[in-house]
Parts: sequence; structure tokens; C-alpha cells
Amino acid sequence: MTSVSLTVNGVPHRADVEPRTLLVYFLREDLGLTGTNVGCDTSSCGACTVHLDGESVKSCTMLAVQADGRTVTTIEGMAGEDEMHPLQDAFHRHHGLQCGFCTPGMIMAAASFLRENPAPTEDEVRESLEGNLCRCTGYHNIVAAILDAAARVGASPGGAA
Amino acid sequence: MIPASFDYVRVPSIEDAVVALSADPEAKILAGGHSLLPAMKLRVARPTTLIDIARIEGLSYIREETDHIAIGALTRHHDMATSELLHASVPIASFAAAQIGDPAVRHVGTLGGSIAHGDPAGDMPSVLLALGATFVATGVGSVTRTIAADDLFTGLFETALSSHEVLTEIRVPRAIDGWSFLKFNRRAQDWALVGVSAVRVEGHVRVALTNMGLTPLRATAVEQALMGGADPATAAAHAHEGTAPPDDAFASAEYRRALVKVLVERALEEAIE
Repeated sequence: MTSVSLTVNGVPHRADVEPRTLLVYFLREDLGLTGTNVGCDTSSCGACTVHLDGESVKSCTMLAVQADGRTVTTIEGMAGEDEMHPLQDAFHRHHGLQCGFCTPGMIMAAASFLRENPAPTEDEVRESLEGNLCRCTGYHNIVAAILDAAARVGASPGGAA
Repeated sequence: MIPASFDYVRVPSIEDAVVALSADPEAKILAGGHSLLPAMKLRVARPTTLIDIARIEGLSYIREETDHIAIGALTRHHDMATSELLHASVPIASFAAAQIGDPAVRHVGTLGGSIAHGDPAGDMPSVLLALGATFVATGVGSVTRTIAADDLFTGLFETALSSHEVLTEIRVPRAIDGWSFLKFNRRAQDWALVGVSAVRVEGHVRVALTNMGLTPLRATAVEQALMGGADPATAAAHAHEGTAPPDDAFASAEYRRALVKVLVERALEEAIE
């Protein structure tokens, strides 16, 4: 067993894990944060996308020990106390989901993307989602939601996604 | 899918990584892990020790030296794709890095890892072969040696790195005159069915192929035809010579041999224009 200490959604955690424990299973099974899904389990589908030090990563293709000492954000860490994150709100308003399985990963991928590119074109949004698959074919509304969230955050004073 | 059990050691320096490699012949270096971990999850790879070099300071950089651009082995694909220096000087490197996987993969995967992995279907091996890159390996006693791109890739997932060496730096030319990187695939994230990298420096064109054999390959017959004065279409007709492409569920070998000629012709037109 190897000891890991990491901050998840602002809360410090320390645990002993087998080195082969994947970050996604550590989040889901050790911390109970089941918003992060395991889809393809081959770093293709993006359902497991979380942030490591603010950048999107695929938690099915990362060992928990690789995240030792670092900061992880999952979908559970996105909303404020009383209101949803602008991306969550936009997905809700635009119906950017059908079954919802891909949604946490979509939102985490989009939040990381908007940090790098706060005012993207539609083409750039579509390209940024190349690592996130929606099998309900809901891309149209997902793209609309991300563009809307970008516009609203950009229009708010000092706001960042 | 869960990898088989292994021991994990995180090392603070290359010297420690080399010592750890020497201690276990079945050990593997872990950088971003985006080629290694999928292989371990499928149990195609079963290293008994993972030596995590990701926290070693000073191995992630892109800087201009007197006669080359030096790229640290831990430089991520994302850093390559967004590098203004590469974009201005060696645009094929930043362009190709931006085609790898997807944004989340590029946030973790490293250049050194993708090279040391030696996957003939990988994007960067053929880019660096076409660039005539030089690779710096660090071994026992911090002794370094350089390996030419033409000598690095020795077989399927095999490189000229010894079991006691770590790839530490990749050197590429400071400037190129023309280039093309073409990756043919059916779905956004797929590996190239066939890929072509072409680089023109001082009137000489180097062409390298992705997924056309057990290693990334130089298209030597194409290069020789160009040196003999052939136009792109005539030279590209030689693109399949000396290749042994895979015959798999995604494409037949025959299809790849036909495709490579088409792609090489397009690449030459782009690199020479």
C-alpha cells in the first residue's frame, strides 16, 4: 500500500491505496464521489473526466498515486452553495443531455476548455469535445450550452468559468 | 479494467530513476502513463515496478539552443501544441502534438513517453523521424549519449534505449523550410490508419510514415526519387516500397499501401510548395 494525500473539491484526504488503484475508482469507491463515471475505461469516452490542478484529465487512465499532493475537482465540486455552476445551469436550460451519463465529463471538459479559451467559436467548442462521447447524439444542445455559458460568464464582471 | 499489481516508486532525480531501473529488469518508467497504463489495464504490459519520473524537476521545457531546439522529455503534448517557439520555428511539431488524442490526454501525455513507448502508430515518432531529431539518453553514472532518430526505433514497441537508460531530451532543428503532417483516420481520436510527416530543410525533403510497419519508417525510395528530380506524384508512387503495414480490423495492408501513396503525394505538395 502507498499513502496518498490529495485535495478533492477543496477537502484534504489521506488514504492508503494499492499503487494500481485508478484515480476514478479512488474517487468513486473510497471517497463516494460517484458523479465521475466509468464509461469506456480506455481513455476514449471522457465520462471519467475530472480536473487535476485545474486541467481536464481522464481519471480512468491515471493512478491515484499520480495525483498524490495535487488538487482534484470532480463534478460534485462545481456548484456553489446555492447555485449551479454556469455550465451546469446552461446544460439544464439547453437540455444538453438525454441519459446524462456523459454529462459530468462533458462539463468538466468544457470548464477546462473555457479556462484556456474563454470566448470560443462553435467549431472550437466542437473540437474541444473530441475526447467526450455522447451516445444519445446530444451534441447539438451540449455545444449550445457551452457557448451560452461562455457568453454569460464572459459578460459577467470578472467572471471565470 | 485494473492493472496487475506492481511496486510503485516515485523518484526525485534521473540518477534515482536509473538506479531503480537497474534494480528490477521488469521495471518501467512512468511519465504521463497515457500509453503505458492502457497497456497495463489490458495486461498487455505487466511491469513489476513503475518508476514515476513525473515529479523530477527541470525535465519539462522547450528552449532554443545554439544549433537546435531542446525539448525536455516530460514536456506534455499540450505544452508542445501551445508553444509559440515551436509554432514559429518547427510548426510541424506543435501542429502534430495538437492532433494527439484529445485535450485531456494532451494535458497528461508526454513527448518522451510517446517516443520511448515506440508505437509505430503513434504520431510523434514519425514527426521526429522526418525532422531528423536527436534523442538524449541518460544512463548509469549520469552518462549521457545521443541517438539519431534513424537509429532509435528498432522494433515493435522497441527502441535503442537500454534497460538502464532514461530518455531525457529531444532535439529538433531550429528552423525548417516546409512541412506537412497528414493523419488519416475515420474517427476523431483514432490512431492514424496511415500517417505521413514530411519536412523540407535546405532543399532536402525527409519523409516518415506512421503505422506502415513495425516501426515508424523513412520513405527512402520517395526521398531518393525526389533527389533524382522526380515531381511529387512520381516520387509518391514509391511510398509503399519497403513497408510492411498491418492487416487488421481497421484496414487491410493492401488498403494502407494504396493510401500511403495518396497521402505522401499530398504531403510532398504541401511541404514543397
